[in-house]
Amino acid sequence: MNALRRLFFFAVGLFLALPLIVVAGVSVNQRQSLTFPPQGFSLSWYGQIFTDLEWRNALIASLTLAATSALLALLIALPLAWFLWRRIAPWANIFQLLGVAPFTLPPVITALGLVTFWATTGFYGQPWTAVISHGIFFVTLPLVTLSLGFSAIDRSLVEAAATMGADDRTIFRTVVLPLILPYLVSGYAFAFVLSLNEYIVAYMTVGFTMETLPIKIFNALRYGYTPTMASVTVLFLAVAAVIFGLVARFGDLPKLLGAMAEDK
Amino acid sequence: MRREPPQRLADYGPLFFPAGMLIVFFVVPFATMIAVSFFQRQQGGFYTPAFVFDNYARFLTAFFGGVLGFSLFLAIAVAIACVAIGIPFTYLLSRSKRSVQIVWLVALLSILSLSEVMIGFAWSTLFSRTAGITNLFVWLGLMSQAQALTPSFGAVMTAMTYQAFPYTVLVLYPALVRLDPTLTEAARTLGASPVKAFFTVVVPALRNTILATLIMVFIFALGSYLLPQLLGRPQHWTLSVLITDQAIYQSNMPFAAAMAVFLVLVSLALVGLALYAGRQKEAK
Repeated sequence: MNALRRLFFFAVGLFLALPLIVVAGVSVNQRQSLTFPPQGFSLSWYGQIFTDLEWRNALIASLTLAATSALLALLIALPLAWFLWRRIAPWANIFQLLGVAPFTLPPVITALGLVTFWATTGFYGQPWTAVISHGIFFVTLPLVTLSLGFSAIDRSLVEAAATMGADDRTIFRTVVLPLILPYLVSGYAFAFVLSLNEYIVAYMTVGFTMETLPIKIFNALRYGYTPTMASVTVLFLAVAAVIFGLVARFGDLPKLLGAMAEDK
Repeated sequence: MRREPPQRLADYGPLFFPAGMLIVFFVVPFATMIAVSFFQRQQGGFYTPAFVFDNYARFLTAFFGGVLGFSLFLAIAVAIACVAIGIPFTYLLSRSKRSVQIVWLVALLSILSLSEVMIGFAWSTLFSRTAGITNLFVWLGLMSQAQALTPSFGAVMTAMTYQAFPYTVLVLYPALVRLDPTLTEAARTLGASPVKAFFTVVVPALRNTILATLIMVFIFALGSYLLPQLLGRPQHWTLSVLITDQAIYQSNMPFAAAMAVFLVLVSLALVGLALYAGRQKEAK
């Protein structure tokens, strides 16, 4: 049974890894050709991400967009999650639903809604519209992690602080914030990584004025192949793995993903 | 602090910013899109306010029916493939050591967050003639000559399964972790083999979870907009691809919006069904 299980895990792992192994392979080709196994070995295609002006600009655009939109998502999610935890207001759950909706529906719908909105208001193509668009699109992630974080807080702790005379603001800063900090950080991390990789919303809202890395890769794909696409893919995968690895290292990943803490 | 209803206006303070942002930048855009779906298209990519059903009337063509039928078929096929592999996989994962679980979860999250552009690029490389998997088959002596495997239905299907698989596992994970381990232990004690215990105890106990997951993955697959474009032929285009194409390349916003509204209705109906299935108490 154990051997069978190993084999099954190996097969699934192989399926998941195979395309990435080939991409990693072609990313170190010496010349600009799509061959595997790679011919020669060169890291110059990784260097190109940082030295080539177009790729570097796309990288900077992606990082800026991800960092700011994840922050915006957090700023929307934090007060909302706090309010829903602190108050009894069943009607306010509608905002929870609104926060989860963009992520549950097919992304092309949110993208189209936003592009018609930006076009109607006359802001179509402005770089900051992408920040708001992504902030709304990814608000689900910090909202879910924060709701989880709040539900894990022992209410008697907060009650003790209130009994000793602390007002809402003080309680939030001294008791609640330290307790939900891990959830705050992981919510930001999830939104950051997903924004970095997001294509359709970014493309529809600012695709003609600004190039993020996924947009750059897609545009480049239409004109043929360059190994830089492969090196960017490997780089992004590594960034995601490092960030999620850190979340797992300093937080409780199984719990964040819905498993109960006392299991195993 | 006990939860209490908000009493003064100031108690609503924390709600102002989130509610405002979600209304202005999600509800209003959504409404705008619905409005545009009734607008009249003008030459040159512009549109004027109107209230016409032309954009919806185009759904009645055979071409659109074909695209819709194919989209639904593809999404169902992907959902079934993902759930069929995902259930035994997640079950075994939830019974693994915690450290093993964490490594897999990090890997699955990393792949899930990978841009659809990059997944499409990775599979088109793996299916290419010069760097693809057929070179391995040639080397093993299974094939005489390397060949390109794209564009084809198989390539679209494989890549979409790849994209949706981590999502499937993460949707199933909480339910399977919480599954009472004594259930299978009892079955084992009574003499059932592990495989038999899995099919006769675990699968029936998770019937509603499985149904809800199928629907969630179906909606996820319905949203795939690049893979059919990058790896398939035009006849493999789905509704999502068509919406993107109409909105950007054909500059026909009203028609794109009408199709998007239609897609929302299909998705919402299914989400409702998934929630309903999930609410039903698991048979113990």
